[in-house]
Amino acid sequence: MDLRSQETILRLAEEHGPQSLVVILGAPDPESAEIAAETVVLGDPAYAGALAGVQLGLEVYHVLELQEVTPAEVWEEHVGVMADVLDASGLTTAVAGIREQGAANS
Amino acid sequence: MLTDLKGRKVVALGERDGVSGPTIAACVEAAGGEVAFVATECFV
Repeated sequence: MDLRSQETILRLAEEHGPQSLVVILGAPDPESAEIAAETVVLGDPAYAGALAGVQLGLEVYHVLELQEVTPAEVWEEHVGVMADVLDASGLTTAVAGIREQGAANS
Repeated sequence: MLTDLKGRKVVALGERDGVSGPTIAACVEAAGGEVAFVATECFV
């Protein structure tokens, strides 16, 4: 994850409290989704950014998990085709796996 | 499963080859969430 994004997420978590933040990912494949989710839940696995060694335990989802809470017309206009081409099952499973690890650690 | 974003502060972390940050932000705002940070990254 971009180092500046890590810094901003850490600052937001410190300002508002980790419990008030939700992270929504737009990763195209399960591998990158898992790394991004791991970074905001368990810490930066690359030990390169501000979240290295920082277990924020943030609530994290892939954007494809937002369909149920997003008005249908907005979903179709903005996500639409991407929802058809992305590996929804693999993406949501990857992110859910990290989410569960975070819940187990809290 | 995410059930509600109303009143939540949201980090929209998109990716260039997937779904962009602004696209995520549009969905979040329509779902009643408050976007706190938007980025579109390039995973390498």
